[in-house]
Amino acid sequence: MLHTVNKSSFERNSLQSCLNTIDDTSVILFIEDGVINAANNANSSMIADLAASGRVFALQGDVEARGISPKLADNIKLVDYAGFVDLVVEHGTAVSWV
Amino acid sequence: MKFAIQVNEGPYQHQASDTAFQFAKAAIENGHEIFRVFFYHDGVNNASRFTLPPQDDRHVVNNWASLDIKNAEGEPELVVCVAAALRRGMLDESEASKNSIEGNNLHPAFRISGLGQLIEAGIQCDRLVVFGD
Amino acid sequence: MATKKFMYLNRRSSFGTVYAIESLEVVLIAAAFEQDVSLAFMDDGVYQIVEGQETDGIGMKNFSKTFHALGDYDINKLYVSKESLEERGLSESDLMPLVYEDEDDDWEEKPSVKVVTNDELKAIMSEQDVCLSF
Repeated sequence: MLHTVNKSSFERNSLQSCLNTIDDTSVILFIEDGVINAANNANSSMIADLAASGRVFALQGDVEARGISPKLADNIKLVDYAGFVDLVVEHGTAVSWV
Repeated sequence: MKFAIQVNEGPYQHQASDTAFQFAKAAIENGHEIFRVFFYHDGVNNASRFTLPPQDDRHVVNNWASLDIKNAEGEPELVVCVAAALRRGMLDESEASKNSIEGNNLHPAFRISGLGQLIEAGIQCDRLVVFGD
Repeated sequence: MATKKFMYLNRRSSFGTVYAIESLEVVLIAAAFEQDVSLAFMDDGVYQIVEGQETDGIGMKNFSKTFHALGDYDINKLYVSKESLEERGLSESDLMPLVYEDEDDDWEEKPSVKVVTNDELKAIMSEQDVCLSF
């Protein structure tokens, strides 16, 4: 599955709820304000292990728009919108943690 | 691959509609099919032909219209939920006249239909992706 | 028509936003399509099916009663996150006693609500073909 998260973990619990129910093969894509979760910050430990296993992606346009590029946490993979489409194709059912 | 997209938020207040548009555009450019975009909740407001953003801003409604998403019969597959639309004052000619209201605001690139169209899209498509807030 | 597994993911309470009632409207329509339908209630979404919702004081429609009709539409898989309930000081006894009649078991009345752990919910979600989030 592909889980998209569009909220900062500082604002809402969408990321935590996603992490509570994500299975061992699914991946996460941060979009919109969700890319705040891809920055190196006090909440980075939430996703550190998943990112280290190559399962955390962030939408590049949203990262750049928020000035996060220089502060990206380790092992986050950036994708453009075409890459977003590819993730949906590759990972089956899409779950949006709105 | 055949995609369905659900848009739950109106234009400008949330990024959801912009992201959904960029996703749909990228999917089409990469050889995929957008079977239907279903606008629900405040997402119905993406269909207002009275939308007038300032010149230096993107035109969310025209962006959607530019994708020209239609079915084999030539009908638009930018589908606005009827119940959500009527609640929020989004009317096509037929709904306006049925309810004795003068004028209508639905952009011609969109059409109004029932919630069954969302379920049908989920059944027919390989993937359904929800954009909301 | 092929049968797919549809999950409706409800994470917000009933009246602060429109998502809960409009999600329920989709579910009622979905019943006509004879697909495999599950509802998940997580986070504040668990408040959608809490017993004793009274809306006279806010001038809004009390659609919580409509959940009782779901059983008649063969929608009888309502999964509620145990952790979300506990975090909110709630338990299964605080929820509406939603039931359905099991046609495979001499129409015996059975509970539609099933409280599940996040790990169980994870397994249920992994089986879904379509997930609609509200």
